Amino acid sequence: MMMNALPPTQEQLDRPLIQVHDLSVRFGQQEVLRNINLSIPRGQSMVVIGESGCGKTVLLKTLIRLIAPTRGSVHFDGQDLAKLSEKELTSQRIRCGYVFQNAALFDSMTVGQNVSFPLRQHTNMSDREILERVRARLAEVGLPDSAMKKKPAELSGGMRKRVGLARALIMEPELILYDEPTTGLDPIMSDVINELMMRTRRHYSVTSIIVSHDMRTVRRVADRVVMICPVPRLQPGEPQMIFDGPPSELERCADRRVAQFVRGEAGERLMELRGSAAISA
Amino acid sequence: MEANRSGRLRDSLHDWVGDWGGVTIDAFSAIGDMALFAWSTLYWLVSRRPRRGTLLPILYQVGVLSLPVVALTGTFIGMVLAVQSFFQFQQLRMETRLGAVINMTLARELGPVLAATMLAGRVGSAMAAELGTMRVTEQIDALSSMGTNPIHYLVVPRFLAFVMLIPALTVMAVFMGVVGGYFYSVVILGIDKHHYLYNTREFVGSWDLFYGLAKSVFFGIAMAIVSCYQGFNCTAGAEGVGKAATAAFVHSFVLILLLDLMLGISLDAVYFALWPEGSSLF
Repeated sequence: MMMNALPPTQEQLDRPLIQVHDLSVRFGQQEVLRNINLSIPRGQSMVVIGESGCGKTVLLKTLIRLIAPTRGSVHFDGQDLAKLSEKELTSQRIRCGYVFQNAALFDSMTVGQNVSFPLRQHTNMSDREILERVRARLAEVGLPDSAMKKKPAELSGGMRKRVGLARALIMEPELILYDEPTTGLDPIMSDVINELMMRTRRHYSVTSIIVSHDMRTVRRVADRVVMICPVPRLQPGEPQMIFDGPPSELERCADRRVAQFVRGEAGERLMELRGSAAISA
Repeated sequence: MEANRSGRLRDSLHDWVGDWGGVTIDAFSAIGDMALFAWSTLYWLVSRRPRRGTLLPILYQVGVLSLPVVALTGTFIGMVLAVQSFFQFQQLRMETRLGAVINMTLARELGPVLAATMLAGRVGSAMAAELGTMRVTEQIDALSSMGTNPIHYLVVPRFLAFVMLIPALTVMAVFMGVVGGYFYSVVILGIDKHHYLYNTREFVGSWDLFYGLAKSVFFGIAMAIVSCYQGFNCTAGAEGVGKAATAAFVHSFVLILLLDLMLGISLDAVYFALWPEGSSLF
C-alpha cells in the first residue's frame, strides 16, 4: 500500500479488516439498521444483498463513517472509527475506495481531473506521474486516453461506472466498497463490470464489499453473501441479517425470504398488493 | 355535553402546545445545526489554507461576474433617490442638500444592503443549488470517501470569497450610486454643482463609508454560511435543490435585514461613545 511506510505485521494481517459490533442506525423515527454484527477478513469478497430500502447502502456508508451510527461501533484495521480525529479518519479513508451507485463524478471536472483528484489532494506526485497513473487506471477499466478530456455528462452509464472504479483504484486501496455496481446497466455492461471487479481483486488483492441485488454479480464475485431484511419486516427479537454464508448455500437456505429473493419471487408481497388493490377498489 | 366540550377544548389545547413545541424544537435544532456548521467552517478556515485552484474560480464567480449587476443597481438607486427626494427638498428650497442625503444614504445603508441582496440572489442561491446538487448526487460523500473534508474543500473558499469581495462590491455599488445621483441631480434636474458637492463633503465622512463597509462584512459572513448550509442540508430530488436555493435567498435576505438593524444600533452606539458631541472627526 502506497501510504504505509512500514510493511504490516503478521498480527495485523490476521486481524479482520473490518469489525462491526451491534451497529444500529436510525434517521429520526425510522430505524434502518438494527444490531448488525460483522467481521470481514482481508482479501474477502463479500456481497450484501437485500430488497431495496433494507439499509444496504447505509451499511456501506457506515463502514467508512460517511454516516455515523446511532449505536454500536465500526473498527477498521483494529481502530474504532468513532474515536479517530479528523486527520486519522482521513488517513483511514485513503485506504478505501468507494464506487458510488451513480459514480458520483464531479460534474465540473473532466474525467482525467476526476480520476487524478485523490492523487492531487494527498500526494506530491508530479503532473507527469499523475498523468501516467491516470492513463494506466483508465486502461485497466477499458477506457481510452481520449476519454480523459470528456466531462461526466458526455459519458454513458457504463463509462461513468468505469471512471468511478478507476478513481476508486487510483490510490491503490486495501478495501473497495461497491454500491450497486451493475444497477441500471445492460446485461453486457453488467458482465463487464463484474469482470472488472474480479480483475481488480486479482490484481490488487483487495478486500471487496459489494452491495447488490443482482444475483449474477453474487454468483460471479462473492466468497460470502450477507442478506439483510428491512427492519419493519422483522419479527420481534429477530436479527436483521437473515443469511450469512457462501453463495452455494443460498439455494439451500431454509429461510423462505432468502429463497424468494434468490429466485426473484414476490411471494406474500403479491398478496399484499392484491389486498391493497381490493381496498382501493 | 359540558364534559364533551371541555374534552375537545383540552385536546385542541394539547394540539396547540404540541405544534408550537414542535416548531420551537425544530427552530432551535436548525439554529444549533447552523452554528455547528459555522464553527466547523471557522475551524477549517484557520487550520488549513484553501488551494489556489479552488479559490480563484469562486473569487471570479462572486466578484467579477457580480460586478455589472451591482454597478447597475447602484447607478439606478442613486438616480431613483434623486427623483424621489427632489420634490420634497425643492419645497423647502434645500435641493442642494440632495448630495448629502443621497450619498449618505448610499454609503451607510443602500450600498451595503443592495450589494448584499444582489449577491444573495445572484450567487448565494446558485451556490446552494450547486452544493445541493452535489449532496443529492453523492458528490459530497465522494469527497469525504476520498479523504477530503467537504467543508474545507467546498465551504471555506466560498466563505472567503464572500467575506473578501463583498466590501469591494459595496464600494462599487456606493460609487455608482454617487455617480448616478450626481448625474440625475446636476445634469437632469439642474441643481448647482458646486453646492451639491460642497454639501456632500460637509455631511458625508469616512465614518459613513466605514459604517457601510463594516456592515457588508457581516452580511457576507451570514450569506456564505446560510447558502452553504442550505446546500449541504439539501433534501433529495429536484424539489429539494429548488427549496435549498429559495431558502438560501430568503434566509439570507431576512438575516441581512436583521443584521442591518442590529449593526445600525451598535455602530451608532460606538459612534456616540467615541464622539459624544456627534460631530465627525474625519
